[in-house]
Amino acid sequence: MSTLQIDFGHAKPRIVGIDLGTTNSLVAVMDLTGPRILSGIVPSVVSVTEFGEVIAGAEAREMLITHPERTVYSVKRLMGRGVGDVQDELKLFPFHIVEGSESVLKLQLGDKVMTPPEVSAYVLRKLKEDAEEVLGADVTQAVITVPAYFNDAQRQATKDAGRIAGLEVLRLVNEPTAAALAYGLDKRKGGLVAVYDLGGGTFDISILRLHDGIFEVLATNGDTHLGGDDIDNLLLNIALEDIHSEWGEDVSGNAGLVQLLRRAVIQAKEALSFAPSATIDLEYGPRKYQREIDVQLFNRLIEPIVERTLGPCRNCIKDAGVTVEQLNEVVMVGGSTRIPLVRSAVERLFRKRPHTELNPDEVVALGAAVQAGILGGEVEDKLLLDVTPLSLGIETMGGLMSKLIHRNSTIPASETELFTTAVDGQTNVLIHVLQGERELVKDCRSLARFDLKDIDPMIAGMARVQVRFLIDANGILNVTAKDLRTGKEHSMDVKPSYGLTDDQVEAMILESYDKAEEDFKERQVREARVEADAILGAIDKAKEDEAYDALAEEEREAIDRSINELRLAYHSDDHILIRDQIEKLNQATMALAEAIMNAAVGKALKGTNINA
Amino acid sequence: MRFYEALGLEPKLALDPDDLKKRFYDRSRQWHPDRFSRGSADEKQKSEEMTSMLNDAFRTLREPVSRAEYFLRESGLELSKDAPPELLEEVFELNMTLEELRGGDESAREQLASAQERFTSMLGEADASLAGLFGRYDETSDKAVLDQIRATLNRRKYISNLLRDVEKELNVHSAN
Repeated sequence: MSTLQIDFGHAKPRIVGIDLGTTNSLVAVMDLTGPRILSGIVPSVVSVTEFGEVIAGAEAREMLITHPERTVYSVKRLMGRGVGDVQDELKLFPFHIVEGSESVLKLQLGDKVMTPPEVSAYVLRKLKEDAEEVLGADVTQAVITVPAYFNDAQRQATKDAGRIAGLEVLRLVNEPTAAALAYGLDKRKGGLVAVYDLGGGTFDISILRLHDGIFEVLATNGDTHLGGDDIDNLLLNIALEDIHSEWGEDVSGNAGLVQLLRRAVIQAKEALSFAPSATIDLEYGPRKYQREIDVQLFNRLIEPIVERTLGPCRNCIKDAGVTVEQLNEVVMVGGSTRIPLVRSAVERLFRKRPHTELNPDEVVALGAAVQAGILGGEVEDKLLLDVTPLSLGIETMGGLMSKLIHRNSTIPASETELFTTAVDGQTNVLIHVLQGERELVKDCRSLARFDLKDIDPMIAGMARVQVRFLIDANGILNVTAKDLRTGKEHSMDVKPSYGLTDDQVEAMILESYDKAEEDFKERQVREARVEADAILGAIDKAKEDEAYDALAEEEREAIDRSINELRLAYHSDDHILIRDQIEKLNQATMALAEAIMNAAVGKALKGTNINA
Repeated sequence: MRFYEALGLEPKLALDPDDLKKRFYDRSRQWHPDRFSRGSADEKQKSEEMTSMLNDAFRTLREPVSRAEYFLRESGLELSKDAPPELLEEVFELNMTLEELRGGDESAREQLASAQERFTSMLGEADASLAGLFGRYDETSDKAVLDQIRATLNRRKYISNLLRDVEKELNVHSAN
């Protein structure tokens, strides 16, 4: 009896874990046996086709070479950043920034204009679809990983991307912390673990204390613009200079060629992790370029990049209040940690052989799935206590930053501050919130301006508004204000310095629904036309068959009438009409098709006699 | 004192670090937002309030110095910003040495290194005397002991600033 009463409708929806990487993205889920990758790697590339359709993943990566002007990669580098921040990136990456992008960057892709969160949303949507196909169920909730050193705006942008893609982002998890979860190092023993994460575009170092299922991050550090991309660009510049002198032509403006060369450079870079030398090999029409690079040269080139990761490591050890000798394990994460020079530098600094057992491309997604399991209640013995990577403060007199929450504070972390008026009758107070470690406002990152408005006019210093700054478990700032005189919540306007306002995100979510419908309709029309082409072509051929001549006059007329109707429907935008006419034409030609079929069968039965 | 309450502790100056950590971990397991991701808005808010308080409390109480500073503040005693008079001569000498080193007198480096050693050992002495005072206050609740703690904290803070300046100067010059 009871077996029939199992109600699958009440099964809890699965929360997926997503690694939204600079170069590649992955989706995973928690199973009874542990975390599992759900589908193949999805390249974090988005492209707009000639039909105006937006595609993401491997297909889009191919478009990098054929249609570089309508394709974008490494968009993670632009998340949560303003135009002023990305000038250096623009020299190296073929981003087409729309003029007049102010606090929110806008990219031109073909005839579409998109913000970085919208671009990322297409990658997320692809992952969502892949996951739904494998799981055979809707996926609406996700844990998404971010670099530990991402600031508030970069985190918010990632969360926005999830929302635009139709995913409720239950948690943003720091990538190195996710990796520690995936390694399950707590099972072997407690202790101190360093996670060194060098990915496509970002570098993180985190130090954790593991104790009885608790993963307590002691300190984190990093650089959100340092990774494999930078190595690629170094090699690319060398190759471009070579080609300039060999071919006598500067090809750096040829975007398709540059992307082809970039691919060749990456292949050589990857080969150099396993071989003493590799060749950058480019064929562009009749022209060829080849250059051998040996490990010695490669190491010399990338040494400054590897060196740039070591400073943050030393600072992190210091901030964690530990010594190198006290660290029990070092874990390597991110594709760039396959490079032998990176491994040896880490081994030298930490004086122990780093863990490289898990696939460095998959470990973050697996960890995100474990965190999804924690949130879903399937994993009960583990708990992550993470920290905020940057100090949070407010602007005070003289352009100084006054810190409220210090970096490496365990999150959620909160602080309250009392604000009042400075002038009689003042009705609003502006609060400028910043993130960073420096003393001066101009050296810190502006997060947002909060306007405490509608303060009742009174004598200066009488107003009492208590503002609470809370960094939540995602590392994102939440601000609430309370009027202590009335005890009521005080209203305020929020102007994020970089990134989208809530209203803008809502608008994008709505638009993406509309667009999705539009895209879907367009595709159906195109598919119906392809089918119509096929049947019209088949009938043209059938008309040459003797079976056609054998048809009655009115049957032939009926066919011609249906053909004309289909041709009229063909140019409408109504796929249902096209399909109806196809069906009618099918009906009208049924007798003809049967006759042709019978004749063919008859011929076949007579077999070789006729053909002989 | 709310930080003590958050961890279920009586307000004492001397705490067992392992017990403190265990209390923090146990309460984190119970209240962390991860446990309420599918909970109601009220539950989520409560969880955020509890854990942010818990995190603040643990961060403040785990180090003896920040713990004592908190304890004093809550008892209505502020730390003074004046230099402890017994250190004035020390500070005067140090400033001379720093001037000499900046002026290019390399022999001053040795003096600075010995100052570094001296300050480090003074810090250690301050920490040891704090630990003793903590125990005495917890037993007696004697206001005079609390004043002694305050004086020791002042002295300690001042020494640690001096040490920081010395180390900064030594690092700058060894880097050249």
